[in-house]
Amino acid sequence: MFSYTTDTNSEDCNIIKPINKKNVKQAILGIRPCDSASFGIVEKNFDTEEYKDPFWINSYKATTFIGLACDNPDSTCFCTTANSGPFDEKGLDILLITSGDSFIGKILTEKGEEAAKIAGWTTEAPANSVSAIEKQKKEAESKISSSISTDKIKNKDTLELYNASFWEEEAFACINCGTCAYVCPTCWCFDIQDEISDKKGIRMRNWDSCMFPLFTLHGSGHNPRDLKYQRVRQRFMHKLKYYQDKYKSGIQCVGCGRCIRLCPVNIDIRSICDIMNS
Amino acid sequence: MVEYISKIQKISKKILQDGKVDIIIGFSSGSLPMASRPSFIKSPEDADKLIFDGNCGINLANYLAGRKEKIGIIAKGCDSRNIAQLIVENKIKREQLFIIGVPCFKMIDKRKISLLFEDEITQVTEVGDKVIVKGKAKEKTFNREDLLQANCITCTHHNPVIYDELAGELIKEPDQKDGYEDVKKIEAMSSDKRWSHFSEMLSACIRCYACRDACPLCYCPTCFVDEAAPQWVGKSADNQIDVKTFHILRAFHCAGRCTDCGACERACPMSIKVREFTRKLNSDAMRHYEWEAGLTTDKRPLLDNFRVNDYQDFIK
Repeated sequence: MFSYTTDTNSEDCNIIKPINKKNVKQAILGIRPCDSASFGIVEKNFDTEEYKDPFWINSYKATTFIGLACDNPDSTCFCTTANSGPFDEKGLDILLITSGDSFIGKILTEKGEEAAKIAGWTTEAPANSVSAIEKQKKEAESKISSSISTDKIKNKDTLELYNASFWEEEAFACINCGTCAYVCPTCWCFDIQDEISDKKGIRMRNWDSCMFPLFTLHGSGHNPRDLKYQRVRQRFMHKLKYYQDKYKSGIQCVGCGRCIRLCPVNIDIRSICDIMNS
Repeated sequence: MVEYISKIQKISKKILQDGKVDIIIGFSSGSLPMASRPSFIKSPEDADKLIFDGNCGINLANYLAGRKEKIGIIAKGCDSRNIAQLIVENKIKREQLFIIGVPCFKMIDKRKISLLFEDEITQVTEVGDKVIVKGKAKEKTFNREDLLQANCITCTHHNPVIYDELAGELIKEPDQKDGYEDVKKIEAMSSDKRWSHFSEMLSACIRCYACRDACPLCYCPTCFVDEAAPQWVGKSADNQIDVKTFHILRAFHCAGRCTDCGACERACPMSIKVREFTRKLNSDAMRHYEWEAGLTTDKRPLLDNFRVNDYQDFIK
């Protein structure tokens, strides 16, 4: 984000300056619909009435999202009950749909139109495309075999859920690595770090994870989430309860299933959600 | 290995009923194929939840350090070695433990299966020396031998080294000792080549620390990468020097202590072969000191035990 020098001979010594990021126009090609839907969630943190994060917003604005619809979702995908779906168009500028050996592109925004023009994607789609895509979408949605329910969580008392007795047992297997957070498209927590080499320094931002004790360690030495189960609870309460309460727009999850597939000890957000919702 | 299940359940039920232990640490069925879940049970009725199969590669010793209650624990060869290690390092007391030993038929590498099976895997069943893998549209049978975790292939301690009761007959250990052929290959590289080999290997690291967190040796209250005052290591995954510092230093912290259980590689979401570092140290411990970690609770750990005839050619 920023750079500085600690060289006392320089007149800019210790003055922090924004790194001039040009935000060259870029495109993400082949992003899955669940992943692009996640930007709508992440945006709620980085682009608010009160605070606007220029680094995130500028980079987001400079990006064109060209998605690829999912014809064969995994058994761990539960996008249709988590803000998204295999043909979801949220956050996308173009949605590509596989059609034999080619793709049909559904242009969704002006940005998408411009990108298609630049890419030379000018061939008209066959006349029956609209109904064919609709059929393909229904088929893909019917292949989604897992789902979650969060309706009851919404109306539950926050402290009652927070103090529930199941957390310790559910958290037992967790080894407190950050895999779930680092592969999650909706996790937005970050850390700010200064790194100095010789006299040149940069202030940068990198992902952080609520699984790490250091994440909440206070300067005083006190840590409000000192224990493993407290950190596990935070992850699921944030995604499934606090977010619902604060933003009134569903849960902070798009059902991509990555955390389920990659957790080394099989902690499954679907089963935790079931327990929280019961 | 699945034959052990009824025995594990029976022993667990009994020791819980008799009040010998307060909890049992074992595995229960996971929500996905090849994902057995580390779990604890407290009541004898729940003993039926305990399972054991070729997907129990996570090292359960990792859940012991600092616990105060009386614990029953299911232990393969490597888990038992790490338990012995934890006892020697005063992280748990032998009297607290009832170790249910499981002579290990080697663990399955889920990534190997996924690479050999194009479809999404929906079911994996072990039948003797075969593994039947089912997908949505097809089924394939593999030889178990072709699907093993890398560390299990070179393992020479399948039988638990300490236990209170066994869940199965002890098995014959391989005649051949680990030759560390993989380590020799890396040692033979020029230092430049080795550096670029490790640089490439670690470039995928996302700094999630799953390797460290799955390791039963890593119980430091605050890991050196988490120290904030002063902060020894930078946080960015872009800074490859810091990424290397983490991995190489972590490996050195495991010198003379690592049992090559493979939990680190199993946990890594990026499939990084982090054992390449610890294997080198294990190989050195063997070559210079004839030392293998966790084989007994009677000896002090390698690095806090000086003997006058110790190898010391490295002191120049």
